Amino acid sequence: MAAPAHTIITFNNVVKQFGRFIALRGVSLDLSAGKLYAILGENGAGKTTLLRVLAGLAQPTRGTVSMLGTSDLRTVTREIGYMAHPSMLYDELSARENLHYFAALYGISKEDRCASLIQTVGLDPALSRPVGQYSQGMRQRLSLARALIHDPKILLLDEPFSNVDVRSAREIASLLGQLRDSGKTLLVITHQSDLLAEVANDQVWMERGRIVTPEERE
Amino acid sequence: MKRIFPILAVLTGAFLSYALYLALLVAPTEQTMGDVQRIFYYHVPSAWTAFLLFAINFVASVVYLVRRNPAVDAIAVTSAEVGVVFCTIVLITGPLWARPVWGIWWTWDIRLTSTLVLWLMYVAYLILRRFSTGGQTPVIAATVAVFAALDVPLVYFSIRLFRTQHPQPVIGGGGSIDPRMLHVLLMNWYAFLCLAALMFWSRYRLEILQQQLDEAEGLESLEMRSPR
Amino acid sequence: MSVLRLTTATLAKDFRLEWRSKDALNSMLFFALLVVVIFSFSFDPNAEESRRIAGGLIWVAFLFSSVVALNQTWAREVRNQVLDAYRISPAPSNALFLAKVIGNFLFVALIELLTTPLFIAFYKLRAVGPAWQLFPVAALGTWALVVNGTFFAAVSIRTRSREIMLPLLLFPISIPAIIAMVSATTAILTAEYSARFWVVLLLTYDVIFTVACLLLFETVLNAE
Repeated sequence: MAAPAHTIITFNNVVKQFGRFIALRGVSLDLSAGKLYAILGENGAGKTTLLRVLAGLAQPTRGTVSMLGTSDLRTVTREIGYMAHPSMLYDELSARENLHYFAALYGISKEDRCASLIQTVGLDPALSRPVGQYSQGMRQRLSLARALIHDPKILLLDEPFSNVDVRSAREIASLLGQLRDSGKTLLVITHQSDLLAEVANDQVWMERGRIVTPEERE
Repeated sequence: MKRIFPILAVLTGAFLSYALYLALLVAPTEQTMGDVQRIFYYHVPSAWTAFLLFAINFVASVVYLVRRNPAVDAIAVTSAEVGVVFCTIVLITGPLWARPVWGIWWTWDIRLTSTLVLWLMYVAYLILRRFSTGGQTPVIAATVAVFAALDVPLVYFSIRLFRTQHPQPVIGGGGSIDPRMLHVLLMNWYAFLCLAALMFWSRYRLEILQQQLDEAEGLESLEMRSPR
Repeated sequence: MSVLRLTTATLAKDFRLEWRSKDALNSMLFFALLVVVIFSFSFDPNAEESRRIAGGLIWVAFLFSSVVALNQTWAREVRNQVLDAYRISPAPSNALFLAKVIGNFLFVALIELLTTPLFIAFYKLRAVGPAWQLFPVAALGTWALVVNGTFFAAVSIRTRSREIMLPLLLFPISIPAIIAMVSATTAILTAEYSARFWVVLLLTYDVIFTVACLLLFETVLNAE
C-alpha cells in the first residue's frame, strides 16, 4: 500500500480580483510533494495568476494559501523557484554573469555552482555572449537555471516551452522529470501537454478562474 | 443621503450667502486697502480649509498604508480633490487681491508661495492616481502623499528664508486684526467648512459606491456557475 | 546576505551593464552639454550679474539632465521583469534601492563634473566666496534630487506615461531642495550672504527623504 501523499501546497477558496476582472473564482486545491503537475487550460483561465499567488507576487483578495505548513508565504519564499515567459535576466550580461548576480540575491557566492547549473540545463558556461542574443530556447534554459540557483523545493514554471524549438523543449521536459525524481515539486503551465505526457504525475485543469474536474470538462 | 443632502445644500447656500453679506457689507472697510481687502474673507478661509483637507489626506494615507482599508483610501482621494479645489481658490484670490493693491499679479509672499507648492504637489498626486494602472493605485498614491506631507515644513522654512532675502509685500498682513473683522473671517470660514464638508461627503459617497460596484460585480461572477 | 554586500554586488552589476552599453552615458552627457549651450545663448549677462544667476542656471541644467538619467533607472529591470525575481528572493529591497541611488548619484555627479567647466568658461565665473564649499553643496543637492528621483522612478513604473510622471512628482517635492541648493551656490559665488542655513536645510532635506525612501521602497516594490 502506497504511503499517503504529503500535501505541500493548499489553496483554500482563493479569490483574486484585479479591479473588475476576477482571475481566480474560489480555487481550492491540494498539491502533494514530489510530484510534477501540469496546469492546463485556455488563455485567461487563471493559470498564471494561480502561480503568481503561490510565488507571493499577487495577494489573494479572499481565501488563504499555505505552503510548507505556513500561510505566510514570505517566510518560505526561499523554497520557491519561479520561471515565466519574461526571462527575468539581464540581456547585456553573459550567462555566468547573470547567474552570479542572482545567486548573490540568495547569499550564494559559489562560482562553481553557477557553472555546473548552466551545464545541467544544456548551455555552455564559457559562452560570453550577452543573453539578449540567445535564442528563445537558450534563454528559457538559462531562466530555468536562474530559478534553480538556490535549490528550491518547489518550482513554478509558466509556459516554459512557448516559442522554444522542439529539441530544446524535449530536453527541458526531461530535465523537469529529473528534478521531480530528485524530490522537487513542480507546477508547470503549458499548452503543450504532450510534452509533459511522459513526466507529469497529474493534471490540473482550469477554466474561467476555477479548477475543473475531468468530468466537468466533458 | 438622497433626502438629507438637498436640505443641507440649501442650508449651506444660505450660510454662505449670509457670510458673503457679512464680508461685503457688514465688515468695516480696511483703512489702507479699501474695499478690495474684502477678498481676504475668501482668501484666508479657503487656505485654512485646504490645509485642513490636506492634513486629513496625510492621516488617511498613513492609516491606509498600515491597515489597507478601502474606505480610508476613499477618504484620502476625496480630501485631496476637495483640497485642491480650495487651494485653487486661494491661488486665484491672491493675485486678484494683489493686483489692485500693489499693482502686481504675483508676490513671493510666504503663504501664497507655500500654497502654490502645495497645490503643485497635490495636483501631481491626483495625476498619479489618474495615470496609475491596476489595483496598486491606493498604495503608491499613499506613499506619495506621505512624501508631500513630509515636504510641507521644508517648503515653509525654505520659502521663509528665501523671502527674507527678497522681501515682498505680504498678503493678508501680519499683526493684529480688528475683532469685528475677525468675526466676519470666522463666519466665512465656518461657511466654507460647511461647503467643504458637503463636497467631501458627496465625493466620498461616489468613491465608496464605485468600490462597492466593483466588488459586487466580482461577487456576481463568483456566483455564476459555468454552464454544464 | 547583508545589505552592504548586496548593494555592492548590485552596483557592480549596474556598472558592468552601463559600461557595456555606454550609449546612455554618452547621450546624457551630450544632452547636458546642449542645455548649457542653450542657456548661454538665452542668458548672456556680464560677469557681475552672471555670478548672481549662475547658481540657478546651473542647477536647472542639472535638474533636467538628471531627469533624463533617472528615467532609465529601472528600464533594464522592467524590460524582462527582473523585479519579480528580486521580489521572490529573500534579498532586502533596501539594498536594491541604495544601489540604484548610489549609481544614479555617481552618474549625475559625473555629468556635473564634466559640464561645470563649460559653465565656468561660458559665464566667465569666478567665485568670490570659498569655492571649495561648492563641492559639499553639489553633493548634498545631487543626493536630494537623486534619492527622491530614484524612488519616484520606481513609482512611475506602475503608471502610463512613465517618463512624464517622474518629473511631475519630483519637481514639486524638490522645490525646497532646489531653493536651498541654488541659494547656497549663489551665496558662495557672490559672498553676499551666508550659505550656512541653506546647507543645513539641504542636509535636513536629505536625511528626511532618505529615511522616508528607505522605509517606503519595499511598499512600492511589492504594490500590486
